[in-house]
Amino acid sequence: MSLITTLARLEAVDSGRAQPLATVRHRHLTDRPLVLVPLTTAGEAGAPLGALVGTDRESPRLLAVAQPRDRDLRFAFLAELAEAVLPHIEAYADVVEPAERNETDPATGKKTKVEVELCTDAAQLVVPSRAGVEFVRLLGRSMRFRRTAEDDPDTPYPAPARVPLLGRWLTHYGERARVPGSSLLLAATDLLNRHWATGQSSLEDQHLGALLAWIDPPAGSSGAEAALRAELARDGEGQLLCPPAGPATDPDFDNRLLAPAIERYDRARTAFASAEDGLAADARLAELSGAEREIRSLLARVMLPTWDAVWRGLDLLRELPEGARAEDRWSRDRWSFTGHRDRVRSGEPPQPRRDDAVTAAQKLASRETAQAQLEAQEALDDPLVLAGRRLAGEAFLASVTDVEMTYTESKRPSPRPLVTVRTDERPHLAERTKVYRTLDGKPQTAEFVRYAGEPPADADGAVAEPVRADPEGGPRTGADGTAADDGEVLLVLRILDRMGRGKEPAPGSVPEPGDRIAWTLFEHDQRGGPKLPDPEETPWTHGGPPGADAATRAEHPDPVTPEDLL
Amino acid sequence: MLATALGSPAPFGQSQFAFMRGNAFEAKVKADGGAELLRLLYERLGGGAPEPAGDAAAPDLSAAGPEGRAARTALALREATAAGGWALLDHPMLALEVAGSPAYLEPDAVVVHPDGRWTVVEIKSFPMIDASADASKVGAAARQAAVYVLALERVAAVTEGAEVGHQVLLVCPKDFSNLPTASVVDVRKQRAVTRRQLTRLTRIEDIAAELPEGTTFDPACAPDELDAAVAAVPPAYAPECLAACELAFHCRAKSRAEGAVEALGRSVRGELGGLTTVAGVLAAAAGKEGDPADPTVAALRRAAALRAEALESAAALRAGSIGDHAGSGDDGTGGAGGTGSAVGTAGAGGTAGADGAGRTGSAAGTAGASEGQS
Repeated sequence: MSLITTLARLEAVDSGRAQPLATVRHRHLTDRPLVLVPLTTAGEAGAPLGALVGTDRESPRLLAVAQPRDRDLRFAFLAELAEAVLPHIEAYADVVEPAERNETDPATGKKTKVEVELCTDAAQLVVPSRAGVEFVRLLGRSMRFRRTAEDDPDTPYPAPARVPLLGRWLTHYGERARVPGSSLLLAATDLLNRHWATGQSSLEDQHLGALLAWIDPPAGSSGAEAALRAELARDGEGQLLCPPAGPATDPDFDNRLLAPAIERYDRARTAFASAEDGLAADARLAELSGAEREIRSLLARVMLPTWDAVWRGLDLLRELPEGARAEDRWSRDRWSFTGHRDRVRSGEPPQPRRDDAVTAAQKLASRETAQAQLEAQEALDDPLVLAGRRLAGEAFLASVTDVEMTYTESKRPSPRPLVTVRTDERPHLAERTKVYRTLDGKPQTAEFVRYAGEPPADADGAVAEPVRADPEGGPRTGADGTAADDGEVLLVLRILDRMGRGKEPAPGSVPEPGDRIAWTLFEHDQRGGPKLPDPEETPWTHGGPPGADAATRAEHPDPVTPEDLL
Repeated sequence: MLATALGSPAPFGQSQFAFMRGNAFEAKVKADGGAELLRLLYERLGGGAPEPAGDAAAPDLSAAGPEGRAARTALALREATAAGGWALLDHPMLALEVAGSPAYLEPDAVVVHPDGRWTVVEIKSFPMIDASADASKVGAAARQAAVYVLALERVAAVTEGAEVGHQVLLVCPKDFSNLPTASVVDVRKQRAVTRRQLTRLTRIEDIAAELPEGTTFDPACAPDELDAAVAAVPPAYAPECLAACELAFHCRAKSRAEGAVEALGRSVRGELGGLTTVAGVLAAAAGKEGDPADPTVAALRRAAALRAEALESAAALRAGSIGDHAGSGDDGTGGAGGTGSAVGTAGAGGTAGADGAGRTGSAAGTAGASEGQS
């Protein structure tokens, strides 16, 4: 947490309301995100209990498992989930636009442009919390290796037809969510925490109800009071007014309400199975469906507040205008979505349990690039984020006082204008440090030459300490007495590129005296690292080429045993 | 109970589903005299010993009271070590001195190897998916096992030929099934940490000696009396307490009421140097208090100024995009709009004005520049 964020948190404590951490929205939100509020059974891995899912806040689809330990009921739930989620995903898969992609020809090694399809938009999934993102991953893992009756007629417990496919998509979404700045799968708490600082710790910020209480407290109450109520307040039955956002449930709910209801359901089911004639069976069936309805209504009761909270969070976020570069990151999400669509369509097997060395290294490298890119783009989109970078000495705002044209010493001289700028900030500059500014949406590079008011750097290249500039001929003293920090310095920068091919720089490409410009010490675009070897070239230090033992490494379906709880 | 009496009950509890699942899994692992458990242990930690072939001893450890059970466990351990075969102790009882008073611990199981090595077995019901489990849960299990190892070491010290393994066996369900799988966890680090912490703990008698005469934590007392009693023991609240301590909500309320910055996280305190209260920090940031020569105060003021400037510019920009283009309208270059540099210049037009207005204008220029690139 940077000092500027800490300050925002302290202001939130003081004012009783969350304070902005961003002035624009840094994540793309589609028009129709699919919201998924999952619940899981305590103590069981990936045994879903229920879910609310849908794109319409007024009519969520309620899915429930009356007895989570029953494999058939769980499969029925997953099949229903597939029916709720997959059509949403597939609706985006066929709306495409032509695009170009660079591909290296394996034979010649030349780079060529290939015409490919790119989905014009992608399906966006929103879950309440970070634990929900993990649960999506877990669900994906639990489903993608299942076998359907079609895959293998002999499989003892075949999964419903579309369940493995949903597993592959959820795995992809879960994996994509680990890329910084991606928006295919978002957690409402992460979204809100990115844009607001509350007066509580980041640990407490993981509670969606408390977080919303700080950001948008009910009239007449402070964020702290409202958050405390969200955390602890219980109704007459001892149930939390604001149930946890899942997927875990409140133990008190499990013990007092859910467990007795499931027990009633189990009893009704046994009674139904042992019914002797049609009349008795009818009566017992009514009892059974009554017990099931009760469980469904219990689950709906604890999920609906979370469902509403997620939508409320999205509303709050939509009030912020979207950052200019969020669209660029979203187009990467679209590429990722399209790529997975193509892999599924070409009949590739599900994602492996563990990545091979090259894939893992590639994923890590691309996440690092994405992180650096996200940080740069957020700062360029948002003066408040830029302020944090300025405080850290990684960017500065300066006004141009003088421009002097110089040229390179070569046969065809190119312009290298020296620009003198005045700033009261203290960027971390050393000689030849590159600084960047945006020019027509593209970065322009300059390098730091020296502090003005001093002779050009010595032969050994040492840069002297900054000299205080006082154009009025007297020492400037800040009104608040912080003279040392108020002092302005003059910096000389040499512009290096984006001035056209001619001897004279293209019009508008060189700053003019009077311009106020934000310079950054970080690059605006991130280049990927060096290329990694092909999987076949994996060195022995990293396990060697995967080919040799491919047959043994082929992914087997998870073993199932008759008495599996799962 | 104390927390409830203080008016800040802690929301802890265990779901009976998790409880049942944990018990069912443990029963499954230990079924048939622990055959499955011993097989897993032999596979991973067998060493050169002969395979346990259903003849592992399973001594009866029942006795009256924790002291009795602890003594019975020590005896069974000694016998099993002397016998030189495999033995599985199901739920033994161990004693460990914590802050001067004995605490009784009950590991899931301890296995005695034929060579006299003792291994702690921890059975957990969180899954090991594709041979990896949730790191935080494994960490908690390792810390727990380290305490058992420490307690066992006291018994081993007085038992001939015994040695406590620093590798413990963690048994978990495999993937999404209830089949057990196991992993060996080295707990040397956790053991060292726990040992150090145990020696550093203030003895309970010393804490009690500090308390005023007649202090009582009886939940039946009046809330304000209790409050004073609890306040007599100085807490060191940090948000991490919320996950572990029943009194955390009480301490949090106190900490917030005092305006302590730690309530926002331990790292916050580190950033703010000598400033410990919210009011103090904000006053320093606003320039009302504090020594400007103090680097923390200077950084805070600068942060506050930058933050205010950015927020102001964003507000101005939003107002501008809705209605009039206040800053740039009267400036010649502003009319050109569009490109980043032109907007930048327009902002500079604002700088020419009064000092205060210049700030807004310039920052709006920056924001405008980024908007121009969409």
